[in-house]
Amino acid sequence: MTIDTCVGSLKLERPGIVASGIMDETGASIARMLSSGAGAAVTKSIGLQPNPGHRNPTFTEVKGGFVNAMGLPNPGIDLFKEEMGAAIAGGKVVGSIYGATASEFVTLAGKMEEYGATAVELNLSCPHAKGYGAEIGVDAALVKKIVSAVKSSVSIPVWAKLTPNTHMLKEVALAVQDAGGDAIVAINTLKAMVISPEFGKPFLSNKFGGLSGPAVRSVGVRAVYDIRAAVDVPIVGVGGISDWRDAAQYIMAGASAFQIGSAIATKGVKVFDSINKDLEDFMRDFGYSTIKDMVGVAHE
Amino acid sequence: MSDFIKIINVSEESYDTKSFEFRWDEKASPGQFIMAWVPGMEEIPMSLSRTNRIKSITVKAIGPDTRRLHELGIGDSIRIRGPYGKGFDIRKDRKTLIVGGGVGTAAVMPAIKETGADTIIGARASNDVIMDDIASKYVKNLWISTDDGSRGFHGNAVQLMKEKASSGEYDVVMACGPEIMLYHLHRACVDMGLDCQLSLERHMKCGAGVCGCCVMDDQRVCRDGPVFTRDQISAMKDFGVSKRDECGRIVRLG
Ligand SMILES: Cc1cc2nc3c(=O)[nH]c(=O)nc-3n(C[C@H](O)[C@H](O)[C@H](O)COP(=O)(O)OP(=O)(O)OC[C@H]3O[C@@H](n4cnc5c(N)ncnc54)[C@H](O)[C@@H]3O)c2cc1C
Ligand SMILES: Cc1cc2nc3c(=O)[nH]c(=O)nc-3n(C[C@H](O)[C@H](O)[C@H](O)COP(=O)(O)O)c2cc1C
Ligand code: FES
Repeated sequence: MTIDTCVGSLKLERPGIVASGIMDETGASIARMLSSGAGAAVTKSIGLQPNPGHRNPTFTEVKGGFVNAMGLPNPGIDLFKEEMGAAIAGGKVVGSIYGATASEFVTLAGKMEEYGATAVELNLSCPHAKGYGAEIGVDAALVKKIVSAVKSSVSIPVWAKLTPNTHMLKEVALAVQDAGGDAIVAINTLKAMVISPEFGKPFLSNKFGGLSGPAVRSVGVRAVYDIRAAVDVPIVGVGGISDWRDAAQYIMAGASAFQIGSAIATKGVKVFDSINKDLEDFMRDFGYSTIKDMVGVAHE
Repeated sequence: MSDFIKIINVSEESYDTKSFEFRWDEKASPGQFIMAWVPGMEEIPMSLSRTNRIKSITVKAIGPDTRRLHELGIGDSIRIRGPYGKGFDIRKDRKTLIVGGGVGTAAVMPAIKETGADTIIGARASNDVIMDDIASKYVKNLWISTDDGSRGFHGNAVQLMKEKASSGEYDVVMACGPEIMLYHLHRACVDMGLDCQLSLERHMKCGAGVCGCCVMDDQRVCRDGPVFTRDQISAMKDFGVSKRDECGRIVRLG
């Protein structure tokens, strides 16, 4: 019995991956995450230019998770070269990128490939950065154009990270499939808002943010289930995973691997090690010899 | 946890530093911090300068956000979240020397109260010395140093620390202050074979160990720190040398 898995052609020794935006802005912190039981790590989403992100307040705890509007802070793709060098010394690193146009995505993906990324993850889904992310990810035609353009410019796998903030999820997933995308990553955060009653004002400087953590898990599992029903592209499940049961739900909905974000903060970096172990125990008890045997069983 | 607190008392610690007291039931330990916000400012990290049921923050006005906090008075509310971070590891069986530099004195104040340990408060000049009146209620030996010699020992807090610790009677030094002070203090402790725990600072956004913007090497100051041990600090290449700006770019310390 093993917990290794494949996302398309990409083999992972362990099924858990560090989600984009959590402890992954610098090479040293990515390497630290990789040494704590993750099968791979996705970088913070990187753009062409340095970006300070939104002003504080950018983050708060809420019941069931976090709401954040970091606003995609990052040092820009050129300076990120050095961080990637330090990161890939620790293991497999997926380069997350964001842009406003297909040609920006192409430039960024090329750099990530050059820096040694195992795959690129296109952030088509950030709910709180204007002109980027979710504003792109709800437009199936644009998604198809971006994924096709990147596919024809790099030889590493191209993953498309989708937003749950749309009723067009199926159409967008089909667009990724048509464009030859190697995997779909779902979900990014749910568009959200926090108001401070005592001040009568939204708390985040950006007003809107994205909800993550346990509160989004059932939405994510449903989204993965819907995507599996619509397309054959491998899926990476993400949203509210903090223990083996959460991970197993995503796998059974159709995901071949999973990512963890918020729980790295609430449970600590050891969350990967404990999920790996508990998942193995579950598989042994219930007669699954590989992760693959579990993928999508909830559809049968 | 996030909460609204009401200010129940304001005290002037010096011409540019004020303490704001509030009741907050959340459990906190010496060395932990909160994120503080009111409309019209950026949310910023502030150490707790009291960690009992009545808690406080001590704010030095150095820019727009700290000045905004200085406008607040009794009855005003602040939205806070926390407490965050790993504080000082206080152990009764270890003889401790505490060093506060400038407004960093606020961050060691709860440790001073809990241990009653010998304490050095360092400042630029006599009118920058803060909270010595409170510290003197809890400790037997309180020493002051000022860079200009206008009060107490003439020189910096690290020079005074070396003098006081040369007898070999202390097991550990706990300190918070400007990084340049902590850098020299750390070197002195390594040279003297003395253990230390230092409270460090980096730009913070989430404060909760999520976003990764506050890292020094691979350690999150907000979550793995802000208090780090001597050996953790010895392993940090960034300490005293560089920090990251809001974009995550490396900036050399001046
Ligand atoms: C863990 C921790 C505990 C702190 N405790 C105290 C305290 O008890 N009392 C006190 O007076 N100050 C404390 N500070 C420093 C305080 O947060 C800054 O002085 C404050 O953010 C300055 O904001 P400003 O707008 O007034 O000044 P600005 O002009 O905006 O900034 C001045 C300097 O403050 C620092 N700073 C600004 N924003 C942040 C941020 N989000 N995170 C970290 N540093 C920042 C930067 O070094 C900047 O150069 C603490 C900082 C940290 C990280
Ligand atoms: C603070 C924070 C920053 C994030 N930054 C990014 C990002 O830069 N790019 C991205 O694709 N997703 C980002 N995300 C979304 C996560 O990768 C993930 O999709 C989401 O948080 C749901 O997973 P979780 O519940 O395990 O956190 C961020 C999430 C958080 C909480
Ligand atoms: S401030 Fe976000 S991880 Fe420390």
